[in-house]
Amino acid sequence: MSTEAVNNHDAHAHGHEHEHHDASDMKVFGFWVYLMTDCILFATIFATFAVLANSYAGGPTGAEIFELPFVLTETMILLVSSFTFGLASIAGHHGKKSSVLGWLFVTFLLGLSFIIMEIYEFHHLIAEGFGPHNSAFLSAFFTLVGTHGLHVTCGLIWLVVMMVQIKKNGLDTNNNTRMMNLSLFWHFLDIIWIFVFTVVYLLGVL
Amino acid sequence: MFGKLSLEAVPYHEPIIMGAIGFIILGGLAMAAALTYFRKWGYLWKEWLTSVDHKRLGVMYIIVAMVMLLRGFADAVMMRSQQAIANGANEGYLPPHHYDQIFTAHGVIMIFFMAMPFMIGLMNIVVPLQIGARDVAFPFLNSLSFWLFFAGVVLVNLSLGLGEFAKTGWLAYPPLSGIKYSPGVGVDYYIWALQISGIGTLLTGVNFFVTILKMRAPGMSLMKMPIFTWTILVTAVLIMAAFPILTATLGLLTLDRYLEMHFFTNDLGGNMMMYVNLIWAWGHPEVYILILPAFGIFSEVTATFCSKRLFGYTSMVYATAAIGFLSFIVWLHHFFTMGAGGNVNAFFGIATMVISIPTGVKIFNWLFTMYQGRVRFTTPILWTLGFLVTFSIGGMTGVLLAVPGADFVLHNSLFLIAHFHNVIIGGVVFGYLAGFTYWFPKAFGFTLNERLGKCAFWCWLVGFYFAFMPLYVLGFMGMTRRLNHYDNPEWQAYLIVAAIGAGIIALGIGFQLLQIVVSVMQRHKNRDVTGDPWGARTLEWSMSSPPPFYNFAHTPVVKERDAFWDMKENKDAYHTPQGYQKIHMPKNTAAGLTISAFSLVIGFALIWHIWWLAIVGTVGCLISVIVRMFNDDIDYYVPAEEVERIESEHLKNIANQA
Repeated sequence: MSTEAVNNHDAHAHGHEHEHHDASDMKVFGFWVYLMTDCILFATIFATFAVLANSYAGGPTGAEIFELPFVLTETMILLVSSFTFGLASIAGHHGKKSSVLGWLFVTFLLGLSFIIMEIYEFHHLIAEGFGPHNSAFLSAFFTLVGTHGLHVTCGLIWLVVMMVQIKKNGLDTNNNTRMMNLSLFWHFLDIIWIFVFTVVYLLGVL
Repeated sequence: MFGKLSLEAVPYHEPIIMGAIGFIILGGLAMAAALTYFRKWGYLWKEWLTSVDHKRLGVMYIIVAMVMLLRGFADAVMMRSQQAIANGANEGYLPPHHYDQIFTAHGVIMIFFMAMPFMIGLMNIVVPLQIGARDVAFPFLNSLSFWLFFAGVVLVNLSLGLGEFAKTGWLAYPPLSGIKYSPGVGVDYYIWALQISGIGTLLTGVNFFVTILKMRAPGMSLMKMPIFTWTILVTAVLIMAAFPILTATLGLLTLDRYLEMHFFTNDLGGNMMMYVNLIWAWGHPEVYILILPAFGIFSEVTATFCSKRLFGYTSMVYATAAIGFLSFIVWLHHFFTMGAGGNVNAFFGIATMVISIPTGVKIFNWLFTMYQGRVRFTTPILWTLGFLVTFSIGGMTGVLLAVPGADFVLHNSLFLIAHFHNVIIGGVVFGYLAGFTYWFPKAFGFTLNERLGKCAFWCWLVGFYFAFMPLYVLGFMGMTRRLNHYDNPEWQAYLIVAAIGAGIIALGIGFQLLQIVVSVMQRHKNRDVTGDPWGARTLEWSMSSPPPFYNFAHTPVVKERDAFWDMKENKDAYHTPQGYQKIHMPKNTAAGLTISAFSLVIGFALIWHIWWLAIVGTVGCLISVIVRMFNDDIDYYVPAEEVERIESEHLKNIANQA
């Protein structure tokens, strides 16, 4: 909080607590609403993928290029990262700063592995000659999966910022609110990925 | 090093464009010189550019909107004059490649950079005051929204003197807007200007949604909110649901253009019909995003100047919500001719006609509010009356177009052009100008000159009918839109009348500007001392004009629907409170401006394929976001003594007045 807020804290302690509680409530609500708009963004890209899913234009089909065990591993890693973030949140509720930092770091490593695997998959496909410019299906595939990947990458940057902020200021009101928002973001990406895994990979192969 | 950018990008050989650029540069220099001479740079920076105050941001939005109105209107005048002369042997003065840029720029500017900021400016100024809030939920985000929007404005105007603008029409349908048929930078300017400002708009939607739901004064239940706030709430929902579609759609077009993907191309499985569906899935809600706030303004204006409670408040709320919902299930009526089949067309045709029911409810609500009221014929009420007549005509031609069979004949004809200008000028523009006149004293502390305002209204109204009624006829005569030349002597007379109409509208705009200048000169005479110049009903009129930067010294407690009217009736207004408390306020910040400046760099670099600069912009953007995330010094307290001084002065002024 600002120095003024701290200095004046004694005089109006109760009033401020209330004010700050309201403010963080509002931030979490606002961020949740923002995530819903992000959801619509993904819905648009999903719809486009659905329309173009069979437009192979002589190129490969999903069944020919997807390696389910590899993607399943990716999926598991991301799911576990959601779990470890949950552990970080629980530690946060108990005010255990070092435990929060530890679980956030584990989450970061898992998220990073997910992204590295995704980049490897993309690189592999492009090297095989199945780049996004080969067919509408591939364009839609790379874009949908890539948009999710871009979000996860932003989440990774945010995780780093979050860890530094907690290291610096501990688990104060601001950081608790930020933790709440980041966890919403991270779990949201997990849910999106479950849809990606189902619609793109499972339906593509099965 | 500089990608596609070279000195050849400047259109030296186009005298019209170079003249416009010269005008803009001279204007900019004159402005800079004046700021330097009067030593106002510091004031401008501290009080305005870095401000997070919703009222100041609102004013800045509207200033930009008005400047862009002039530019968009200049485009309109060029189109009208070109069509008035370009018959048969006469080629007119605008070659096709220039004419195509003009109609594209006209549409893009009028919708995105005139109407949207005008609406967002009004809601910024009014909504927090109407609901008894200190500011919006996220003041910094609000500043960021404004500057992102401004980055879009800069890009659109850069395209005038550097390269070209899109030649595709305002929605840039592929495959024309694809890289194969539009290899230049025009479409890229279009994409990045809309993308950056669109993100700003999306954030505004989130901001106002949270503000209205979470920050209303105690006692103000949803059904006690002023109608304008209600329309903004629905508008915020529409923005949140529609703008992500625009972002995604433009993103896909970008990938087609930059990475040779095949979403909307002719070959390799691309499907351009997908683009048309997606862009209208955003585009149709967009027109309701523009018109619903105008409906809100008319409701406030009607109730105020009839000194009556609004007739049918509840039905107005439900009608607004119904229109908001229906706006998402009619998008296909923009392309009945695509060939979706009879049943699909029938569904969308009927859904479209259904919209006229809640809209009709609204029209009758306004009429019944006026019925047996003592209507005071001020400028805002004139705009409202002009709207009621004009918009009804536009609505009826809309219902006509909603019949798929009729649409097959009228599709892409001037009948369509006449229809949507009929509803956009008659509804949106009239509404915003009514709101501008109505709330101007609240924002600046003095009323606008009535006589000049009325002159502006009559010129706009008459000019509109002259400019667009001939277009309906031309539509029936088979003239299609976007022609820069034609070979049919029968059309010319109508087009000359339309050009004269544009001239009359130009007079209206001239009166509007003159009105502002004259009113500023007469500001002492027309000062609004009480803060309630119209005898109005809602909370924004309960405070001084202009309001103190913290808005309400004490959060008002709302008992009735027209909260301030109720206070006046119960002698509860203007009383001196027991005491004052310090007020928690957000600090001004340049972060929004910095982040947007880097987004502008990214946009510019991507348009011209200057990849290193795009990386610089991205890194700069990221760093400025992170710096902002680490800034905890974002708020302060206004001491109670300061609040007391400001409030006492206002109460003393009112006492003197009485």
